[in-house]
Amino acid sequence: MNSLIPLLVAAPLAGAALLLLGGRVLDRFGHWLGTLAAALSFAFGLVLFFDMLGRPADDRAVHVKLFSWIPVAGFRADAAFQLDQLSITFVLLITGVGTLIHLYSVGYMAHDERRRRFFGYLNLFLAAMLILVLADNYLLLYVGWEGVGLASYLLIGFWQHKPSAATAAKKAFLVNRVGDVGLSIAIMLMFTQFGDFSFAGVFENAPQASQGKLTAIGLMLLLAACGKSAQVPLQSWLGDAMEGPTPVSALIHAATMVTAGVYLITRSHAVFDLAPDAQTAVVCVGAVTLIFGAVVGCAKDDIKKALAGSTMSQIGYMVLAAGLGPIGYVFAIMHLVTHGFFKAGLFLGAGSVMHGMDDEVNMRHYGGLRKYMPITFVTFALGYLAIIGFPFLSGYFSKDKIIEAAFAKGGTEGWILGLVTLVGAAVTAFYMTRVMLLTFFGQKRWRPTADTSGSAAGEERMPHPHESPASMTVPMILLAFGSVFAGGLFTLNSSFLRWLEPVTGHSEGHSPLPSGVVTGLTIACMLAGVGVSYLMYGRGEVPVVPPIGSPLTRAARRDLLQDDFNHAVLVRPGSALAAALVYFDIKGLDGFVNGLAATIGGVSSRLRRVQNGYVRSYALSMFGGTLVLVATTLLMRSA
Amino acid sequence: MSALLTATCAVPAAGAVLTAALPAGSSESRRRATKAVALTVSAATLALAGLVAAQFKTGGPRYQLTEQHAWIRSFGISFSLGVDGIGAVLLLLTAVLVPLVMLASWHDPTPGTGDSVTGAPAPEGQTFESKRRTQAFFALILAVEAMVIVSFLATDVFLFYVFFEAMLIPLYFLIGGFGDRAGGPESDRQRSYAAVKFLLYNLLGGLVMLAAVIGLYVVAQGQGFGTFDLQTLTGAIADGKLVINTNAERALFLGFFFAFAVKAPLWPLHTWLPNAMGEATAGTAVLITAVVDKVGTFAMLRFCLGLFPDASRFFAPAILVLSVIGIVYGALLAVGQKDIKRLVAYASISHFGFIILGIFAMTSQGQSGATLYMVNHGISTALLMLVAGFLISRRGSRLIADFGGVQKVAPVLAGTFLVGGLATLSLPGLAPFVSEFLVLVGTFTRYPALGIVATLGIVLAALYVLVLYQRTMTGPVKPQVAGMADLKARELLVAVPLIALTLVFGVYPKPLTDLVNPAVADTLSQVHKTDPAPAHPVAVPAGGETK
Repeated sequence: MNSLIPLLVAAPLAGAALLLLGGRVLDRFGHWLGTLAAALSFAFGLVLFFDMLGRPADDRAVHVKLFSWIPVAGFRADAAFQLDQLSITFVLLITGVGTLIHLYSVGYMAHDERRRRFFGYLNLFLAAMLILVLADNYLLLYVGWEGVGLASYLLIGFWQHKPSAATAAKKAFLVNRVGDVGLSIAIMLMFTQFGDFSFAGVFENAPQASQGKLTAIGLMLLLAACGKSAQVPLQSWLGDAMEGPTPVSALIHAATMVTAGVYLITRSHAVFDLAPDAQTAVVCVGAVTLIFGAVVGCAKDDIKKALAGSTMSQIGYMVLAAGLGPIGYVFAIMHLVTHGFFKAGLFLGAGSVMHGMDDEVNMRHYGGLRKYMPITFVTFALGYLAIIGFPFLSGYFSKDKIIEAAFAKGGTEGWILGLVTLVGAAVTAFYMTRVMLLTFFGQKRWRPTADTSGSAAGEERMPHPHESPASMTVPMILLAFGSVFAGGLFTLNSSFLRWLEPVTGHSEGHSPLPSGVVTGLTIACMLAGVGVSYLMYGRGEVPVVPPIGSPLTRAARRDLLQDDFNHAVLVRPGSALAAALVYFDIKGLDGFVNGLAATIGGVSSRLRRVQNGYVRSYALSMFGGTLVLVATTLLMRSA
Repeated sequence: MSALLTATCAVPAAGAVLTAALPAGSSESRRRATKAVALTVSAATLALAGLVAAQFKTGGPRYQLTEQHAWIRSFGISFSLGVDGIGAVLLLLTAVLVPLVMLASWHDPTPGTGDSVTGAPAPEGQTFESKRRTQAFFALILAVEAMVIVSFLATDVFLFYVFFEAMLIPLYFLIGGFGDRAGGPESDRQRSYAAVKFLLYNLLGGLVMLAAVIGLYVVAQGQGFGTFDLQTLTGAIADGKLVINTNAERALFLGFFFAFAVKAPLWPLHTWLPNAMGEATAGTAVLITAVVDKVGTFAMLRFCLGLFPDASRFFAPAILVLSVIGIVYGALLAVGQKDIKRLVAYASISHFGFIILGIFAMTSQGQSGATLYMVNHGISTALLMLVAGFLISRRGSRLIADFGGVQKVAPVLAGTFLVGGLATLSLPGLAPFVSEFLVLVGTFTRYPALGIVATLGIVLAALYVLVLYQRTMTGPVKPQVAGMADLKARELLVAVPLIALTLVFGVYPKPLTDLVNPAVADTLSQVHKTDPAPAHPVAVPAGGETK
């Protein structure tokens, strides 16, 4: 059975290799090949899952060593996998949602001449993401970690002819690299502390290390998580990443890859549990990002960017929960899974809308679409109800648990976190209602777009929205099922809690408020958010040209000035430094060394002579000189 | 005593002479015959190098397949060769790269012929008359290969010195005589300047080293070791039979190190490299940075550490600081470049910083990593630079700004270029990641602060590589690149083996580490250094456990 674990990775990896290296022969059915590879991996995952269910809770983790990867004295890095309750949860999410999104892409990318390559990249992403969650040590995790970064880079920049896409791809990779440095420093710290960086070795020995060292490791892991999961201060790439095709946004930049930071923190709970300062930092990052993303989400008119802000914010919830320690780990992962369903569903819905609206992304140019795209409308609405935490849908259960856990943290900290998460819930309801109203309700505000297809190319035409083909709607319907039922299923008998507890541990904490009160407050906040949003966008005419807005709105439209900040603090001084160094290298250093050489050997006059055309004679005399030297030494042999 | 090592040196040397002596002529058939001969010789050398590696026993003594032939008896100089694990992997690297460089440079000596797309006919007044250009170019490459191989195999200090110096001559002619003619009207003048600069820098280093070589002999002879034999000298030094007083040892160390640091090159002695790599053909640039410069770092590991252990430890902190400066400085300069080939050159300077960092951190991980780094940097830079050469020859310009949207018209070229770039930025899964991480870990365990600063190089590498790719390959197709052809079969034949190697050694570097580890352990014992122990070591179970 364990031999299936490598196959989880091998299937999409083989798919990627075939699709990227195989020639145009594969153009006709390559997309099905890629979908098959994803489905195969999902099937393996299911088999392994049921096999694991059949074993007792303390005997569910399985290790498979493939080979010794980097054997150097004192350094052991294996290519080895570990499958336990936490990793199989991710495996099923990644391959399950992944398969659906492959299927969706068959329709969505039908008219793209490079569709085969797109599926190759998607398969590559699946393989890398599976390595990330299956690795049994941090270095192999790092391979998956940067591997998904590469896939993300390739897919954000899939439409490379668009300069904005190419720039966004580069930015995503670079910002992630900053985070990756955190991961590599964390691994180096582990190595100096334990001589090892396997999960088993580090977690077993963590109690022996000093708290300071563990805090340092924790903070470096947090830096890595910030990069991958678009948390403040490394959040700036996610909005731009929406340049990628929408299935990519759904799979990578909503459901799976961006949640890898939460996985990393939860996986490393043995380190964080012993480093309270690092945990506090995690909680702060989560809380700040939760609000940051929500505020950005309120101001965006681009449907995908509004959803991206929402993703940041929801991952902020998860990071916050993970920072709470054993009170929150399970709920962080639970929200991660339910979010995977409803956010993927929302993105696919957005893609379907764009598909029907000639790739228009501005919600101010939508309106009244519910009549034209009924399936998209219903599935999107279910995702919407799930994310705002409408009672008894998925998000209701998972988010409510996080808010309860935040209060249960206890003390002033608990109150602050509890209130932040409540405010977040209200703002979430506000911006999601806004998206819903602007897109599907109200007046039609459609605008003609340049027609790039057919005989009338170049002419403007009005969009005529239509429902998307079955290959796109079926995945949306299936994800809607997840959005509706997953949370309830997980909460029934605390099944999710009991499933993950052996891996992450769990404690209840001491909430100052009874759980019923927290739930009541959450629902009240949600209703308030919906209400305010309805008053602003549901009743009157929505202006097609956005009003100037308050300074906060304007800042939020510019992602709360994150790019302006990065530009002023990093980019501009950085390019100035590079330019100055280029000058210094030629005029300063080179001049200095040349000058030095000149004083030593009178070189400069020779240099000048040489440049005046004596190259050949000079070199030939050199050659002659060497010959004489060699000949002399050879002759000396007889002496 | 087998003569395998001598044969491995002699075949390319004889091939160089043969190629040079082939009948001259500007007809295509003459040229093709010349190239076929040279390529065959380099393939034979590769076969011999493979044989050397196959015969090398990882459990055996450090130097194997040793040979010794008397040369200058009165000074204890002999023609003695021997291969250790470090030399073996670098021998293999050289033998693999040279045929690929030849294939990639197929039309470089005579632009405007064959299927080379652009390039003006050779201007008058060349160093080599046009009828002999092809012979000269390929003979010089083989000559460089022969001399580099002797340097990797020499176990006699003087023998090493002679070839370390002598390889400057063919390289000088390669740089000065053959360029890509993509540097504008100033091209020829720039190229002679680059060639002379290369020569003077390295000659100066060599002269200082010569003085140190003689000094070493004088000191050793005074204590009854009148020999240049490396193993005798290092053995006597390790056993305390040969004692060099502290100041003399430091002076001698600096003499050797200076020469190697110019060649490697270490900041701030690097300024010849961007000129040389920028002006030479892409093939020559690869020869310089991927092969010849490795002799410098290789020699630090073998000669500086082995002969002057105390001085090596004394100077290590200063050298480490220079290396880290080089890593960041080279990377920042790469970010600021407008010329593709100069960008790769500065990236190499950054990477050489990593190699020297790994050597002088004096840990198993650092030095094994540094040795792997030499190999992996060779492969990845060859890939990036040779594909860049294909790109440049199509457009007749080296300026990044002259390109744009290439991936639309030449997707395979863009794809291979991207793989080369990703290898250069040390993407996990590709070979350079393994070595870079080992160097960083090996540095961090002893010098945490330096290790952390060095990680800046990782971020900057992503910046210069991705900006280069973005500006040349993505975006709207520029009119000047609209008709650009994709890679041809010959060019694919160059790129594919290099891509395969980066993948194989990224996933399974064990064949290399098995060769390198024992030699590194021996080097560390020579300098009396042991790895810092982990604070709370994990009990490592014997063997791989599978539950």
